Amino acid sequence: MHPAASLIAFTTLSGAGFGLLAFMGLGLGVSRGWAGAGLFALGFGLALTGLAASTAHLGRPERAIKAFREWRSSWLSREAWLALAALGTLTLFAALRLANLPALPVGILGAALALFTVAATAMIYAQLRTVPRWHHWSTPAIFLAHAVTAGTVLTGFRWPAIVLLMATALAQFVAWKTGDARAAASPTTRESATGLGPIGHVRPFEPPHTGNSYLTKEMVFVIGRKHAVKLRALALALAYLAPVGVLLIPPHIVAVAFAAALHLAGTALTRWLFFAEAEHVLARYYR
Amino acid sequence: MTDLPQATGKRLGLVIDLDTCVGCHACVIACKAWNTEEGQSPLADMDAHGAHPSGAFLNRVHSYEVTPHDGTAPRIVHVPKSCLHCTDAPCVTVCPTGASWKRAEDGIVLVNEAECIGCGLCAWACPYGAREQDPAQKVMKKCTLCVDRIDNPALPEIDRIPACVRTCPTGARHFGDLGDPDSAVSRLVAERGGMALMPEQDTGPVNRYLPPRDKETELDILAPLLTPVTEGPKGFLGWLDRALEKLG
Repeated sequence: MHPAASLIAFTTLSGAGFGLLAFMGLGLGVSRGWAGAGLFALGFGLALTGLAASTAHLGRPERAIKAFREWRSSWLSREAWLALAALGTLTLFAALRLANLPALPVGILGAALALFTVAATAMIYAQLRTVPRWHHWSTPAIFLAHAVTAGTVLTGFRWPAIVLLMATALAQFVAWKTGDARAAASPTTRESATGLGPIGHVRPFEPPHTGNSYLTKEMVFVIGRKHAVKLRALALALAYLAPVGVLLIPPHIVAVAFAAALHLAGTALTRWLFFAEAEHVLARYYR
Repeated sequence: MTDLPQATGKRLGLVIDLDTCVGCHACVIACKAWNTEEGQSPLADMDAHGAHPSGAFLNRVHSYEVTPHDGTAPRIVHVPKSCLHCTDAPCVTVCPTGASWKRAEDGIVLVNEAECIGCGLCAWACPYGAREQDPAQKVMKKCTLCVDRIDNPALPEIDRIPACVRTCPTGARHFGDLGDPDSAVSRLVAERGGMALMPEQDTGPVNRYLPPRDKETELDILAPLLTPVTEGPKGFLGWLDRALEKLG
């Protein structure tokens, strides 16, 4: 699949933003005074920037509001509603906390909605049977793990952050390996795609078009696989090991910010791989 | 409403004969022409006369080399591919706006372009690559089975079929109701062992493909009955031929 910058920004930033806001909602972050205001601003900023980036992926962004309509059947629509509900609830929570009022029930509801939003984002991809690598419960699990980990790192919980970074690294590694196995085991082949299997071995002879098309650009993207192993190693180092290293030095706000920046950059790289490595069954017609 | 209809009255679709398709791409051109020249929203091309032309098509013809398992000579098979109007169309249920829908009366999968936000999720959900985003209008386009032909009483009856079927010079494309077991297309599918593409994707495609015949065993029984086109020149050319023969 084409690794669109808008979707990488969307999933990385909104995931981290909702992860951070979920932590705040549960009362685990500093939610009062200037520090609280700063963390709320960061959480809402990340979530809203991510959501704004997602509209850049639309062909007709001016019609984005229509995406709220089909929540009964569409995960994309559910994601839109959940994001709106989470942001609304957490805005109320932030206002109450910054006014020094108790707001834990509102916060818990907001945290749940934020995590459901991240899960719904992942389900947009996990629902697609056409992409065997994504079509698995591990896709929402990995998205949630990244959101929670980013939330822990951003709120500066040093030891929980270190533990979660290592755990997410392991989960990501397992997800890559099981994803490879799923992609390799896909029952969809050139033979089943053309129905010519009973006759013999099928080899592409002539593509339908000499240039590129929307289909080949969007769904027959192959560049990512050439350096996949190197990029996975780099992603593991950047997203998890480097932030752990930074967090192990005596705690300081600069160290936390640096660790969070490294983790988000690494997460963006894992998301690039998430799209670039994903094989759509349509490719069977072309290669 | 992006829910799928429980059941559709008819199941309109195409039956494509891979035995007679010669890969001429006339169906591709007829499709592009009808939808661009006659349709409400043209299928755009970008950089059409430049170095990197690209554009939206609703029908594309792939060609494959098939090598039999017994090692005999490979053969070329052309596979035209357009929307298969699936019974369980995943492109419909993923749509967030309701722009994508399946018509209850005949099962045709359509896009309401005015409601489409161009998110492309339907194209991702389709295993066949039947949906493309128009590069100029930025909305999703797909085969409509030429609803503006088949529903159009202003056209002569012979033209009330999809443009690709009407134009196919080898008669490799057939259009009809695959939900009716007695329809011409259903009988054709039963006779020739019509197959579905990617059945393991569980989309319930309506369109069927007729497999290529085995050239070794299935001879054309009508061939000996065909009269030869020419048995030698007649008239002036015949005289010229004979005269030149005499010259040695």
